[in-house]
Amino acid sequence: MATAGSQTSGEYISHHLQNLHVGEGFWSLHLDTLIVSGLLGLIAFGGMMLLARKASSGIPTGAQNCVEMIVSVVNDQVKDTFHAKSDLVTPLAITIFVWVFLMNAMDLIPVDFLPLAASSAGVEYLKVVPTTDPNLTFGMSIAVFFIMIAMNLKFKGVRGLLKEALTVPFGKYLFPVNLLFRIIEDLAKPISLALRLFGNMYAGEMVFILLAVWMGASYWWVPAGAVLSLGWALFHILIITLQAFVFMMLTVVYMSMAAENH
Amino acid sequence: MNINATLLGQALWFALFIWLTMKYVWPPLQKAMQDRQKEIADGLAAGEKGRQELAEAAEKVNQELQKTKEQAMEIISQAEKRSGELIEEAKNHAKVEGERIVSAAKAEIEQEVNRAKEQLRVQVASLALAGAEQILQKEIDANAHADMLKRLESELG
Repeated sequence: MATAGSQTSGEYISHHLQNLHVGEGFWSLHLDTLIVSGLLGLIAFGGMMLLARKASSGIPTGAQNCVEMIVSVVNDQVKDTFHAKSDLVTPLAITIFVWVFLMNAMDLIPVDFLPLAASSAGVEYLKVVPTTDPNLTFGMSIAVFFIMIAMNLKFKGVRGLLKEALTVPFGKYLFPVNLLFRIIEDLAKPISLALRLFGNMYAGEMVFILLAVWMGASYWWVPAGAVLSLGWALFHILIITLQAFVFMMLTVVYMSMAAENH
Repeated sequence: MNINATLLGQALWFALFIWLTMKYVWPPLQKAMQDRQKEIADGLAAGEKGRQELAEAAEKVNQELQKTKEQAMEIISQAEKRSGELIEEAKNHAKVEGERIVSAAKAEIEQEVNRAKEQLRVQVASLALAGAEQILQKEIDANAHADMLKRLESELG
């Protein structure tokens, strides 16, 4: 739709994949990712906080009902998977599910709405879906990784963790192999978490962008493109929920693996 | 892929939101939900208890009714028995009274008869005396024959 004027399709696509950033090299920040994810989080968790403060044991209404439903679904999953006692795991799971879901849901806003609004306000680049930025997914998954290590240390202690890393799965005589396996296994966890979410959302966003380019090529394509975009958006509701759920569920599984002896 | 300091910023956001959820979102919600669960459980238990008590009360009422019915039956049967007894008693009483009246009447009759006999005897004696006086056509000394007359009188009795 926005291919008017001097922009070619290639330029349009790369424009959409460009973050709004400041700074150079490693010490640069993607302002769009940070601001959109931060705003969503502040609205969601601030709202939940206000709601939780007023939460009563009486008949829940409206928003409280909705939040309680989400929270208790997450809590049930945690209870099924994570059997040790921890005050952290359920809030962690709730945070991941709600936040990732909301960030993914930005994908359902038509691709050009917010960037056009931003460019008319003088902001040149805007990537609206924070989960299509690997910085975000890795930021979360690496945080999960450190929480996992802390959980290991809390439940097994340094000795227990070392013993497990050195003797599982092949016994103490093959400790170098055991250790190598363990390191690979644990490093794979944050990487797979981050890349799965990033890949799914990036690909989904890309389909929307390509459909928009196609519709921009000729007015003849607009009806078909609109139908396909709607279809993909409906299907995407499933994907964004599923990806948020998968990220949450795997985190809980990793936590339970950290808390229990194999 | 373009990894940069955004990652650190995101980790900070993430940490902030986890902290918020852990501190201010989850505990009050959890407490509210648990309280509600407990209230509902208590309510259901109270309802169950009420229902049980109602059933017990109904059972008790039934028993009381049954007992009362039995008592009423007993009272009625006793009353019937008593009335029968009273009737019987009255009958007996009447019979005895009747007999007494009859016997009194009989005694009176006998007395009357006796009195009549006595009078007759006296009158017959005087008649006989008068008859004898006329037959003999002469005066008889009543004093002299008093003994004889007395004997005659008693023979007539």
